[in-house]
Amino acid sequence: MKNVLGREIPESIQGYGTVKPFKGAFESLGNVEKKSVQLRSIVPGESKILSSIREAMEKCNIKDGMTISFHHHLRNGDYVLNMVLEEVANMGLKDIKVAASSIFPIHAPLVEHMRNGTVTGIYANYMSGPVAEAISRGELKNPAIMHTHGGRARAIQAGDLKIDIAFIASPTCDSYGNINGVQGPAACGSLGYAIPDALYADKTVAITDNLVPYPASPIEITQEYIDYIVEVDSIGDPKGIVSGTTRITRDPVGLKIAKMTSQVIEASGLLKDGFSFQTGAGGTSLAVAAYVKELMKEKEIVGSFAAGGITGYIVDMFEEGLFKSLFDVQCFDLKAVESYRDNKNHQGMSASMYGNPHNKGAVVNNLDVMILGATEIDTDFNVNVTTGSNGMIMGGSGGHSDTAAGAKLSIVVTQLMRGRLPIIVDSVTTVTTPGESIDVLVTERGIAVNPQRQDLIEKLKDTNLPVMTIEELKEMAEEMTGIPEKIQLDDKIVAVVEYRDGTVIDVVRKIKD
Amino acid sequence: MEIKVPAKAGTMESNDIYIMIQPNDEGGIQLDLESIVMAQFGKQIKETILATLEELDVKDAHIIAKDRGALDYTIRARIETAVKRAI
Repeated sequence: MKNVLGREIPESIQGYGTVKPFKGAFESLGNVEKKSVQLRSIVPGESKILSSIREAMEKCNIKDGMTISFHHHLRNGDYVLNMVLEEVANMGLKDIKVAASSIFPIHAPLVEHMRNGTVTGIYANYMSGPVAEAISRGELKNPAIMHTHGGRARAIQAGDLKIDIAFIASPTCDSYGNINGVQGPAACGSLGYAIPDALYADKTVAITDNLVPYPASPIEITQEYIDYIVEVDSIGDPKGIVSGTTRITRDPVGLKIAKMTSQVIEASGLLKDGFSFQTGAGGTSLAVAAYVKELMKEKEIVGSFAAGGITGYIVDMFEEGLFKSLFDVQCFDLKAVESYRDNKNHQGMSASMYGNPHNKGAVVNNLDVMILGATEIDTDFNVNVTTGSNGMIMGGSGGHSDTAAGAKLSIVVTQLMRGRLPIIVDSVTTVTTPGESIDVLVTERGIAVNPQRQDLIEKLKDTNLPVMTIEELKEMAEEMTGIPEKIQLDDKIVAVVEYRDGTVIDVVRKIKD
Repeated sequence: MEIKVPAKAGTMESNDIYIMIQPNDEGGIQLDLESIVMAQFGKQIKETILATLEELDVKDAHIIAKDRGALDYTIRARIETAVKRAI
């Protein structure tokens, strides 16, 4: 069958089940239910502290076929996922499903666990490196399921993604399971992505390298959700957890795109007191923030909040009084971690509060402007950030679809071509975010507005910005690059891309060697 | 033009192409092409290289090309420079 975007998807996928096709960004919402949670009460006198991960797994009655989960705040410095899976393999367990909010190159040992049948399923919102490549080559038994950040929270809450045991990498944990992310050698700041796991998993195990006397302070994940605690030597490498500094691009093309983007924001009329804003940590996105900062200062505008993965640059804007508050689901650098620890108005949010569409309203719904990236964008404004143009998985939505759906103005910023590859195509390799959620595309040579936003087209007419159709932009790039040949993919489905509401927006097929 | 000595042009930077050219004792054109966009543009890059060699009247040469996503005019310029350094 074809979904509403015209993507060819089977009615049922082996290893996934029946497909609910994507119908539109807000078509599959309404009255929903939260799943119930089975748990065992802990009585006075019981200790939660166990001596090893092995003991914790035995206490949790781990069995073949179970789903175990991880959060990704330690990013490419995370030791916990590898540590737990090594023990899973040592125990001879098979058919384990790994629900990791994101997977990074450091998780390469997972490939071997996939090959020998220890791990047969993977859920992730984002994946890059050897695991993503192995999945693209068809080395995982069942198709991987790719969520959005908000969609993962929804899937857990709705019971679509049932977690048997959640392993929470805990930079600080007290002896009764109160956790925070701001102290300890592996301090990473907000633990927003771990919260749905802690709330809805049958069993929850805190893995920490900073076990402190009761009670910890501050507390981000509370004792009422934690069954067991295991102390280990190290949960992660600080160098991989936080990038030293996040920098604004020096590339003149990136700066030109950023400048034009700030002019689009200004023309939109959204830049006034109470303005809310989110941007990624990429060089061009940060440069947009820099130009927006200049505009806000010049016009003496005070914004309400900035959200998302928070970088030092956004913290600077906050400290200068340009935003009243920050909503933080994940800290990208040390400056953000320090600010999250020290500033009352730098507030944490869970993955669910951030972007879960089943909520009574997520933070993304209150965003004015969102700055997004793209690997490819098609002439219907559908965006791919999941696969490279060779079909290999190299990312995933993360918060892309969530913020695009929520924000009043979603702007994709990208160079017109990357290497020789044109970014604007007739049909993206994989749809991550539907075109209906994208309002504007800004490239160094021109700006295209989604035709459904006639109001914006009118507003931009009064500026001297180079507004044109997305087809014109595409032709401009192809004049320079030539028209790329279509890549050939195998029929086998290696990943299912779920939209935030749990419907299937696209599938990823095996690459041909 | 006759290729007399080995020569190079270009760099391994992205959006450039690195060309090595040398005499081909067996006669004819031998092209060894590597590209980061082989699947999408391999054919077009090959055609551009061969057409440029023909324009320059090069009939016998062994060319090793390592492409980092160069556009056609870059490819033509690098080939022409390598050829002129090799005669």
